[in-house]
Amino acid sequence: MARAATNRRKLVLTLLAWTVGIAMFFPILWTALTSFKTEAEAIASPPSFLAFHWTLENYAEVQARSDYFLHFMNSVVISLGSTLAGLLVAVPAAWSMAFVPGRRTRDVLMWMLSTKMLPPVGVLIPIYLLFRDSGLLDSRIGLIIVLTLINLPIIVWMLFTYFREIPGEILEAARMDGAGLREEILFVLLPMAVPGIASTLLLNVILAWNEAFWTLNLSASQSAPLTAFIASYSSPEGLFYAKLSAASTMAVAPILILGWFSQKQLVRGLTFGAVK
Amino acid sequence: MKTRVLSLTGAAVAAFLGASAQAETLSIATVNNGDMIRMQKLADHFTKAHPDITLNWVTLEENVLRQRVTTDIATKGGQYDILTIGTYEVPIWTKQKWLMPLDKLGAGYDADDLLPSIRNGLTAGGTLYAAPFYGESSMVMYRKDLFEKAGLTMPEAPSWAFVADAARKLTDKSKEVYGICLRGKAGWGENMAFISAMANSYGARWFDMAWKPQFNTDPWKQTLTTYLGLMKDAGPPGASSNGFNENLALFQTGKCAMWIDATVAASFVSNPAQSKVADKVGYALAPDNGLGKRANWLWAWNLAIPASSKKGDAAQSFIAWATSKEYLELVAKEEGWANVPPGTRSSLYANPDYQKAAPFADLTLKSIQAADPLKPTVQEVPYTGVQFVAIPEFQGIGTGVGQAFSAALAGQVSADQALQNAQALATREMTKAGYIK
Repeated sequence: MARAATNRRKLVLTLLAWTVGIAMFFPILWTALTSFKTEAEAIASPPSFLAFHWTLENYAEVQARSDYFLHFMNSVVISLGSTLAGLLVAVPAAWSMAFVPGRRTRDVLMWMLSTKMLPPVGVLIPIYLLFRDSGLLDSRIGLIIVLTLINLPIIVWMLFTYFREIPGEILEAARMDGAGLREEILFVLLPMAVPGIASTLLLNVILAWNEAFWTLNLSASQSAPLTAFIASYSSPEGLFYAKLSAASTMAVAPILILGWFSQKQLVRGLTFGAVK
Repeated sequence: MKTRVLSLTGAAVAAFLGASAQAETLSIATVNNGDMIRMQKLADHFTKAHPDITLNWVTLEENVLRQRVTTDIATKGGQYDILTIGTYEVPIWTKQKWLMPLDKLGAGYDADDLLPSIRNGLTAGGTLYAAPFYGESSMVMYRKDLFEKAGLTMPEAPSWAFVADAARKLTDKSKEVYGICLRGKAGWGENMAFISAMANSYGARWFDMAWKPQFNTDPWKQTLTTYLGLMKDAGPPGASSNGFNENLALFQTGKCAMWIDATVAASFVSNPAQSKVADKVGYALAPDNGLGKRANWLWAWNLAIPASSKKGDAAQSFIAWATSKEYLELVAKEEGWANVPPGTRSSLYANPDYQKAAPFADLTLKSIQAADPLKPTVQEVPYTGVQFVAIPEFQGIGTGVGQAFSAALAGQVSADQALQNAQALATREMTKAGYIK
């Protein structure tokens, strides 16, 4: 009786998980399918799911019109660069907050998080002027700086949460064995926090890859990443949904593949604190 | 010998420096539409003739582009040498002295060939500050087969009474055929472009000569009640979220008997590769209400140069090429007359090859000529612009009013309530901006 109830519960939960999973993935699948349709089929009513004339013409058109490789490389450099720069600052910051907290540590953490609550457009003009005066407009380095600063609160918070799960006594033991601060962080703390750091890195690469406000406003032709590549195919006057879908699929494919291959790491890292 | 080597080296360095100084890269910000993409493809012809100039393109969606170039020009960021801007921006930016006068377009440019209604909106003190790349108005596109079946004949210049009556007769909701498709999505360039132009034909105006909003007047009430009634009886479901693209999809899939929108849509709905009804489309002028003004707007995408640009001469030579008569001929030669950017030059409409390739050419010209940005409506107004008011505050006010009207279309508020909300919002913003003392 009890087993039947458990099985039923499992079945319901499994069905629910699949439904939620499919509902979340469906827009991406639909975009990918639309990218293989003609423009006329892309707006057909009722829409066809698989029984349409498959074509690669949209990909050929996108390839001919845009320099995909340049945008792709810009996305790679900006997202990896900003995440690594963020980790460089966040690891010592999170260490100090987790292991030598002061009276105001919690306030500092909350303040850092509060900076995420400001609408970005509110600081667009000051940032734009700073970038203009320092020659950082339309440069990869400029975008790395701004995305590092934007994602820093999240990186610090995530690392802080992981570090807190590590017993301070282990670090103390390392110190008693003569380890300096550098050795303590590099050879004791970081190896123990690898799952947490990996998931922080992955999540921030994804966030930086998808960031569209600053990358669109501070880039022009040289440093524009894939977000600008997608924006160049959106049109309020003219139905270019199939081409837009092809551009979107090309833009999200790399990060989707990265997420797929690293999903175990990502889930392990994100549930790190919970499991403990 | 030593002297000769030195002088040769000096000459080489001078030549190199000279070449570097001459080679210029122009950064061009533009929108994603068929005509602009075609220009990018054909730009090789320009760079071949000007080997000292290279072109960098930044193509963006219209709203993103507007935000991007406005930020750049307002802060003198200098990211772009050539901007694609609309007829709304040109007078405002000219007044701010943000644009460079286009006085070096060359002797053969023939600015007098530009259509006067388009040119007027881009000129200040007799000088051109932006050159039109393509222009558009709005008109009625209708299904000839459905009209014939219902025993109706669309006049070339219909009235609102005829359009409303025909729309109701042609509606067959059981077959998902709707008499009329109109914009309903909120936005100053979305539903308010259409409703403002419609209001002009009813004699309404945004502001009186003292800049007081006029939504509490009868012409606005007539406009909104006619629009809402028509859409309720003969419009598609969910019309409050329909913009140009949504209506284009509906029309192309055979679900609209009439669609009043941008003349540029004619090239899409008549293209058999995209449209199921390509061979069944007829065209007519936007409706009127017997007051001497038709419900058609006027818009152009134009090329302009920021006043702070250091590459003004090279930028002007590109603009002169892209907006010239020769460019139109180049497009015709490479891609056919039907693909020539419309709505900018009188000579194009006198060309028999173009008239043959574009059956909607005559109506497009008549629609553009019928719209006057300096006298958009029946009564006198203190502003320029047909479907917009060329003041910086208009984007915010227009979108706010658009939201009120879209809410009325969705059935959330009554027409009277929407007009009251619009009046309150516009009065508040205009007072805050100092127009109303």
